[in-house]
Amino acid sequence: MTDPAAVVDVASLRLVFDGPPPLAVLDGVDLSVADGEFVSLVGPSGCGKSTLLRILAGLLAPTSGTARVHGEPVGVGRAAFMPQRDLLLPWRRALDNAALGADINGVPGAVARARAGELFGRFGLAGFERAWPSELSGGMRQRLALLRTFLLGRDVLLLDEPFGALDAITRRDMYAWLQQVWLADRRTVVFVTHDVEEAIYLSDRVLLLSPRPGRVVADIVVDTSRPRAPDVVTEPRFVAMKGTILAALEDSR
Amino acid sequence: MTVLTPRRAASSRAGARARAWLPPVLLLAALLGVWQGAVAIRNVPPYVLPSPARIAGAFVTARSLLPRDLATTTVEAVLGLVVGAGVGALLAGLVAAVPPVRRALYPLLVVSQTIPMIVLAPLLVLWFGYGITPKVVVVALIVFFPVVVSTVAALAGVDPELIDLVRSMGADRMTVLRMVLVPAAIPAFFAGLRISAAYAVAGAVVGEWVGAQSGLGIFIDRSKASFRIDRVFVAVVMVAVLSMALFAAVGAIGRMAAPWQHAAERGRS
Ligand SMILES: Nc1ncnc2c1ncn2[C@@H]1O[C@H](COP(=O)(O)OP(=O)(O)OP(=O)(O)O)[C@@H](O)[C@H]1O
Ligand SMILES: [Mg+2]
Repeated sequence: MTDPAAVVDVASLRLVFDGPPPLAVLDGVDLSVADGEFVSLVGPSGCGKSTLLRILAGLLAPTSGTARVHGEPVGVGRAAFMPQRDLLLPWRRALDNAALGADINGVPGAVARARAGELFGRFGLAGFERAWPSELSGGMRQRLALLRTFLLGRDVLLLDEPFGALDAITRRDMYAWLQQVWLADRRTVVFVTHDVEEAIYLSDRVLLLSPRPGRVVADIVVDTSRPRAPDVVTEPRFVAMKGTILAALEDSR
Repeated sequence: MTVLTPRRAASSRAGARARAWLPPVLLLAALLGVWQGAVAIRNVPPYVLPSPARIAGAFVTARSLLPRDLATTTVEAVLGLVVGAGVGALLAGLVAAVPPVRRALYPLLVVSQTIPMIVLAPLLVLWFGYGITPKVVVVALIVFFPVVVSTVAALAGVDPELIDLVRSMGADRMTVLRMVLVPAAIPAFFAGLRISAAYAVAGAVVGEWVGAQSGLGIFIDRSKASFRIDRVFVAVVMVAVLSMALFAAVGAIGRMAAPWQHAAERGRS
């Protein structure tokens, strides 16, 4: 499957970690994500979701197959990658962490910080600009990592369980909020999550991965208008969709 | 559970500091008391072992003699610390960046620490003359080792995912070094340097012994030659005080260089 219009395009992707014993983590992954599309990856733990994102981020070379962003082989600096752990730099204050990408790419410090500072309110971090990461709560750290990712200004976002560390209630607020943020400029998103409801609520499509070695076993379209109300997931057909996905996840274990 | 208001927390912090200081001060006072008593009872002559009171007296009479020697030793120790810290940081970077260098260099570094300074110091005088240089070299040789060991360990322990993240944003090797490796190594660098600071002054004194115009080592030599053992003790006290001052100064600079560490520790306590 190679779609010339796709922004993210993965074909026959295989990844084996060198042993001993060698570990095949991804085998025959095909997927493509169109411009401005929000696609979630769900699958059992250890099936290679984070590995796939690391490949798309240009950090890991596939064993075979192709992974392209905007038609070119993946490479570092192409897409904005948010790893599963927040990985804030302990020696940078919150505002400086947010501006990390800008600092790396040579944007003048004051400009980068002004731009980052404007978003602190929207990310629920107002007043914490000068805090050290060790002084932030888990949820704040995660939002700061997300803010840092958004500020990279790339049109493809690779988000690995951005809300994984949050409690259920904060999580709901966060995904309603993420939809708002995303709708503002509709960047292309590849979103890894364990939360099926979150995936349905946020996504245009949900891709289901098999257990390791992972490959895409189901491609479920969520066709309803945006912005979606928080209770959209309680509509019967989405409840049914959630049931289908959960059952598929259950079966694959 | 007791709730500490900020004020009470502050006063209890002061209390904790006093509690930390009290035992060593009391122990020292007791030891000095025993010393004073023993010297008096056994009638030990002052050219063998002077009493603490006599040493205190010698402080007063040596007041005008000390500053010059103290200044010399301080300069040697501080310069040696700076040079040793610089060399240590460079070696640590080299060892961490080039694994073959690590294998080649590490054993040599360890061997360098097994050579007694008292053997090396005369050679250094032979090579560098009677000036300040051989003393600075002795101190630097003592200083660099803990710095290298501690910094290399910190560099090896940097989270590889952190480096990956920064790379994913487009950072090249130099940027990774500047934005991740250097800051990550700062606390360990200063931890190693603090250990070194405790030995720096003693190193300078050993360097002076072999030959110098001034310095606490020379002061000790001169005092011993004229059987002023009380003055030898005066110099020993000065060495201890100067060492503690350097130790505290390096600690303070380290805290300033790594303010985030301070915040993390505060959060944990
Ligand atoms: N650098 C590595 N070297 C060897 N094996 C690895 C490496 N990174 C990951 N793995 C293995 O690859 C498999 C997939 O890991 P990955 O992190 O991609 O899973 P995941 O789907 O993201 O899981 P989770 O949902 O728990 O985050 C795991 O079995 C893991 O042990
Ligand atoms: Mg993962």
